[in-house]
Amino acid sequence: MGTHNHHHDYNFSERYNFAGTAKIVSLLAIVAGVAVIAYGLMTGETMRTFANLLLMGYYFTCVCAAGAFFVGLQMVTQSGWSAGLIRIPQAMATVLPIASIILLIIAAGGIYSHTLYHHWTNPELFDPNSPHYDKLIAGKEAFLNIPGFFIRQILFMGSYSIFAFILTKLSYKEDLEGGLNSYKKSFKLSAIFLVVFGFTTPIWSFDTIMSLEAHWFSTMFGWYNFAAMWVSGIAVIVVMVVLLKKAGYMAWVNENHLHDLGKLMFGFSIFWTYVWFAQFMLIWYSNIPEETVYFYKRWEPEYKPWFWLSIIINFVSPLLLLVDRDAKRKQNVMLFVAILLLCGHWLDYYIMIMPGTVETNRGFGIIEIGTAIGFAGLFTFLVLNNLSKHALAPKNHPFLDESLHHQI
Amino acid sequence: MGNTKYILGSFADPDDLMHGIDKLQANNVSIYDCYTPMPIHGIEAKLGVQPSRLPIAAFCFGALGTLLGFSLLFYTMAYDWPMNVGGKPSFGLPNFVPVTFEVTILLCALGMVATFFYRNHLFPGRAPRVMDLRASDDRFIIAIDAKENTDHAFIDSLLTEAGAVEVKYNERKYVSYE
Repeated sequence: MGTHNHHHDYNFSERYNFAGTAKIVSLLAIVAGVAVIAYGLMTGETMRTFANLLLMGYYFTCVCAAGAFFVGLQMVTQSGWSAGLIRIPQAMATVLPIASIILLIIAAGGIYSHTLYHHWTNPELFDPNSPHYDKLIAGKEAFLNIPGFFIRQILFMGSYSIFAFILTKLSYKEDLEGGLNSYKKSFKLSAIFLVVFGFTTPIWSFDTIMSLEAHWFSTMFGWYNFAAMWVSGIAVIVVMVVLLKKAGYMAWVNENHLHDLGKLMFGFSIFWTYVWFAQFMLIWYSNIPEETVYFYKRWEPEYKPWFWLSIIINFVSPLLLLVDRDAKRKQNVMLFVAILLLCGHWLDYYIMIMPGTVETNRGFGIIEIGTAIGFAGLFTFLVLNNLSKHALAPKNHPFLDESLHHQI
Repeated sequence: MGNTKYILGSFADPDDLMHGIDKLQANNVSIYDCYTPMPIHGIEAKLGVQPSRLPIAAFCFGALGTLLGFSLLFYTMAYDWPMNVGGKPSFGLPNFVPVTFEVTILLCALGMVATFFYRNHLFPGRAPRVMDLRASDDRFIIAIDAKENTDHAFIDSLLTEAGAVEVKYNERKYVSYE
């Protein structure tokens, strides 16, 4: 009795053709990045270069991990709307192992060259007979020690990578075999993945970023980093969806899907602010010296303008630009806000990392921009290369039809 | 049927209702409104219903809440009786954020509910105005203004062709209150 007139003639086997400008530009960006990093290391700016490497290595890994988290979350919530664009976060997730290895190398290089984590890696800090003995750091030795650091890094990033690898593999298998087997397995696996991810990412950020200033600690830091990771991951998905659509791909993704991504980007920008402010206000209010030292450093003249700029970009701009329903449905507005937020979260990480490494010798120049461009190029190259190897839609996904008719 | 005010096409299936809307629109019969027991995707666009202006009201109430919350804090904490709490400045902005935020949310939510009730004539003791009682149960209703569209037999045939299980000729607009 129903008279559905659903007619779609989408080509779900369509593949992204990775060639031309995108390939050349991303390769040139990688070359430029490598050149700038080599320049930075050779001109004696070792610490500044390593701080930037850590910033971009962490950002890169976070965005890829957010891709894996997105895939897992859609599975566990049995979401239909995202089925048509799930290949984009999947492509991000497949790059996670490479990103993790790069971050490990950067951390190892930073510890070896005494440019990163030097607040806790010097063995003299733990020796009561040494003039450099630091009681506070020595008290944290059970957690903050080099073998423990690397065991946790490998365990955490390794497990995320394995989950990301299996989840994407199952989806590619679904394309060939059909049926619900892959979906059911992915559901179970994703449920485990989300629990593992949720409990370990805060500790992962304690290790990777918070330990740069090892005297200071905040239990909000993990969620604050998770919020930054999730917003930047969604912003990358938005950029890729809009650019792919502009290039004529993914005809089945429309303004309704963009609207949902926009709501996530808007909502989690507010969430980021909430967590940021919760951390800030409690420290401001209780006014305990070992806690306020973190914000004291960030209120020195060389960081204060950037500190406030980060709040304006990451909170005020999405609040005002995306609050309107129509704005979330317009490709150009969404692209603009997503790129703005990606720059904003670079600045966010910059303010997290720089005062604990280069301290007052802050720089913003060729090393910062070059490293960022290099990693952006590497990310683009690896993700697009992976995207071109599989169909742009999971044609046997049980909720693909729901995604096509998504309407809000 | 000279006193008929509204013709109601009663459908048992939402797809038939959508089909009926298409048929009526193709024959230039203007539709007064549709009543369905559940939301139907795409029906607003098909009927040309303007998007709700409730978000604008929500924004205004929210902005009012921000202003009121902030004024309350400023007046009590900094102007009328400045207090020294833990050595903090009495006009300490970070302090003001949580309460201002809460008042914003409170006024926004209450204002939206009030606006919604006002606009839909819903308040305690008010008998709901319903054109067909089964529209909140298991029927999907298309209402057509019988005074504007005079060829009743033609409308009847269009509705029946589209799959209406019943066509009613109501002499009163609302049937819900006696």
